[in-house]
Amino acid sequence: MNVLTDNWSTYWHGFLGTLWLTLVSAALALVLGVVIAGFRVSPVKPLRAFGTGWVTVLRNTPLTLLFFIVVLGLPRFSITLPFFTFAVLALGCYTSAFVCEALRSGVNTVPAGQGEAARSLGMTFGQTLSLVVMPQAYRAVIAPLGSVMIALAKNTAIAGSFSVVELLGTYRTINELGYSIIWTFVWIAVGYLILTLAISALFNVLERRVAVSR
Amino acid sequence: MTGPQEAAARPSGEPLIELRRVNKHYGALHVLQDIDLTVGRGEVVVVIGPSGSGKSTLCRAINRLEAVESGDILIEGQPLPAEGKGLAKLRAEVGMVFQSFNLFAHRTVLQNVTLAQVKVRKRGKAEAEAKGRALLERVGLASQADKYPAQLSGGQQQRVAIARALAMDPKALLFDEPTSALDPEMINEVLEVMRSLAAEGMTMVVVTHEMGFARSAANRVVFMADGRIVEDRVPEEFFADPRSERARDFLSKILKH
Repeated sequence: MNVLTDNWSTYWHGFLGTLWLTLVSAALALVLGVVIAGFRVSPVKPLRAFGTGWVTVLRNTPLTLLFFIVVLGLPRFSITLPFFTFAVLALGCYTSAFVCEALRSGVNTVPAGQGEAARSLGMTFGQTLSLVVMPQAYRAVIAPLGSVMIALAKNTAIAGSFSVVELLGTYRTINELGYSIIWTFVWIAVGYLILTLAISALFNVLERRVAVSR
Repeated sequence: MTGPQEAAARPSGEPLIELRRVNKHYGALHVLQDIDLTVGRGEVVVVIGPSGSGKSTLCRAINRLEAVESGDILIEGQPLPAEGKGLAKLRAEVGMVFQSFNLFAHRTVLQNVTLAQVKVRKRGKAEAEAKGRALLERVGLASQADKYPAQLSGGQQQRVAIARALAMDPKALLFDEPTSALDPEMINEVLEVMRSLAAEGMTMVVVTHEMGFARSAANRVVFMADGRIVEDRVPEEFFADPRSERARDFLSKILKH
């Protein structure tokens, strides 16, 4: 227990780092994911191709490699950003590919006739998607999106190796002070659990609310 | 003489919908072959034919839910735009009623008939609701305004779908087998609404298997087989004396029982 109490400040900063990294990356991933999913179901071929390319590249690249590309690659084009921003870019773009695919599978659960009816009434592609298709797709998307967000929360651990303060990285500091490595990791795991269980609870609430509004 | 260019009575000479040498393939299947069809303002054209003859595709090509490969489709003399805002604008002028109703499942009946009025026609909410309620009244469903589509019977859903299309003040209505998914006792309530629209002079293209409707409400019957228009005549003549072997064969099969 004293591992936690003695190092409370270290843990707390690490936890806040992970929380903040998760929230900002999730926001970026959701926005990008919706846009790319829109591209992938749009009638415009270049947009579809771009969406497919985006998903294929990002989903099939190991996240650590993506971090290296962002952290070492972008400065070569004289783009120098704080490490936190680099980490958000890597995590957000990576996760957006998974968000996009979850949304797209949701779109596919909506019968084609719904979109046809909307178009036959003169709605544009954007109106059809936002007023008719997405509101119905969203029900099917909540559960898989929850999994994607939990994966994102855990993936933030990689940022610790790239000079970002986050929860997993705290073990180095605490270990150097000579505390039990096992208990150090137990408390780190508890920190992640708090975060991921909170995400699960949030998505459970969303799921229940959608079920009621039907 | 079984060509499509039969002379037929038309309520008005002015063409509203024109198809000229329209072609479409599904893979190797030539589903629309050199289709020429003109529908005058106020005219009711019923399209019949065996399944797979291309009649639904023809109907869906008119508002470009199905893209065609060659030929021209004109609405009021204007060619159908390929994509984008222009096409959306034109679709608002041509209402469509589907076999499977396709009411917006996440919206109430009233919202179904007001959504496009507000978003496409840019009407105010109060105006759209007044119009929506009046149209629901007209199809006999005013009391169902706050229900969701899944709570209605098939016949009721289809009448809402007609009200939804009418809410846009369309110049013409396309019906793609509007009664084919209905239980027999619900077919008439939908046909009644369609008959009254026809009597009021609405321009209609109706793909159907309801020969009674074709006889009583149509100005012309278009018979399709294998992607071609085989006959295009007034209903009395067509049913009394089909000229083509295909049509005789088709009618003998469906009128026997």
